[in-house]
Amino acid sequence: MKAFRWSITIFVVLFLAAPLLVVAVASFNQALYLKFPPDSFTLSWYGKLWTDSGWRGAIERSVFIASTSAALAVLIATPLAYVLRAYRIRLSPLLYTLGLLPFMLPPIISALGMQVFWNATNHIGRIENVIVAHGIFFSTLPLVTISLAMETMDRSLPEAAHTLGADQRTTFRTITLPLLLPSMITGYAAAFVLSLNEYIIAFLVAGYAVETLPIKIVNGLRYGFTPTIAAVAVVFILIAATVFTLFAIFGNLMRFLGADPEILERNR
Amino acid sequence: MSERERPTRGTYAVLAVPVGLLVIFFLIPFGIMVATSFYHRVPGAFYTPAFELANWRRLFTSVFIERTIFSIWICLLAGFVCIAVAFPFTYFLTRMRRRPHVTLLVIVLSALSLSEVIVAFSWTVLLGRSSGISNILVWLGLMREPIAYQPGFVAVLLGLCYIAFPYCVLTLYPQLTRLDPEVTEAAQTLGASPWRTFWTVVVPIARPIIVAGFLLVFVFTLGSYLIASFLGRPEHWTLSVFISDQASFNANVPFAAAMAIFLTVLSLVVVAVVALIESRTRRLA
Repeated sequence: MKAFRWSITIFVVLFLAAPLLVVAVASFNQALYLKFPPDSFTLSWYGKLWTDSGWRGAIERSVFIASTSAALAVLIATPLAYVLRAYRIRLSPLLYTLGLLPFMLPPIISALGMQVFWNATNHIGRIENVIVAHGIFFSTLPLVTISLAMETMDRSLPEAAHTLGADQRTTFRTITLPLLLPSMITGYAAAFVLSLNEYIIAFLVAGYAVETLPIKIVNGLRYGFTPTIAAVAVVFILIAATVFTLFAIFGNLMRFLGADPEILERNR
Repeated sequence: MSERERPTRGTYAVLAVPVGLLVIFFLIPFGIMVATSFYHRVPGAFYTPAFELANWRRLFTSVFIERTIFSIWICLLAGFVCIAVAFPFTYFLTRMRRRPHVTLLVIVLSALSLSEVIVAFSWTVLLGRSSGISNILVWLGLMREPIAYQPGFVAVLLGLCYIAFPYCVLTLYPQLTRLDPEVTEAAQTLGASPWRTFWTVVVPIARPIIVAGFLLVFVFTLGSYLIASFLGRPEHWTLSVFISDQASFNANVPFAAAMAIFLTVLSLVVVAVVALIESRTRRLA
């Protein structure tokens, strides 16, 4: 059993890390084509990400789309999560399902729906089309994190504010909203990272006109591999690993992922 | 949360904003897509409003049926492989000390946040001829010449498992941390080996979440586009690739719409089954 435990853990770590290692090696390799074992070390492909206007433009565009669409996602999710959890709404389960649905279905459904929608409104090839499409598709993530926060929130706090004479609006602004803020930030971060990485929706909605980073990578790959692509990949991996490591150090990663609080005591 | 307040007119006004946006930018587009599936395709141009069943009839052609069966088959297989590895992995993970526990979670989450683009690209490199696994085997003297493992069925399966594995771990994780250690301890006190405890105690208790995790991987991989298009030949394309291909390169949006609706129904059925299983397990708990 112990041998099995070790071998499966090592296997999973190798499996998850293997492609990342290959990409990392390729990004530092001097040669224009991929080679194993690598010959000489260079950082020039990373420099190219900044100096090449095509790559830089794609990065800036993607970051812009990701930051605005994640904001839209939180704007949709917050009132929905708050009202459905704080009030008795008859259609509550149905409306919650409506919020979950875009992300639950394969992304191609949202992608094609948005494509025919913008065609029908004759508003095509614009960057805002992608922002709206991502904002709707990823709103499910903040909806889930904020709804969870609403469920675990101590109800006596807003009640106390109410008893002390605060009206509903003041209670929401001074008590509920600050309590929900961490879950809004995690929802925003999740939507941001996934939007940055998303390909098929961006491609079908406005891919020929708005070149995001994933679209640029795929277009690049169709013409053949360049080490710059590997450099982009490494930057992405480092960003993700840093965010989650900081999360693990400063926040409670296990709790955030839904672990039973008791386990934190047990496995100390 | 115990007491819920009564909604006022202001509450409905607040609620109207997100619901309105979801209706306008999700339900209405879906409706337009349904309408489009009956439109007439104009080759070379785009499509014109019409009412014809030609696109729907094409769902019964052998090409489409083949794609559907292949997609279901490879995604079920991916679900099976993922669960077979992810379940024991997650179980052991939840029983680890804090430091390795959190380290492994960070690795899983980093893999989760990788773009499908990058995953597909990394595996094309890793399974390729010029700098992949086979080069390492040649270098070690285990093989004479490097060979390419992609494009191919196994490459697609591996890629699908890679993108679905982190999701699979994260669905199993909350439930498995709640598995009472006293149960396994009791089994072992009564003389069962750890191996036997795992099979006769842990797996049966966790059966509902195993099924739910399996089906979630199925729906998730069904939505994957880049893996199959990069790591497979056209005969390894899944429905998502086929739909995008029709919607973009072949410019047959009405047919793509009909297939997308079919895919929606297929996914909804699976999601409904998952929801049913989850509500049942909640009742047991």
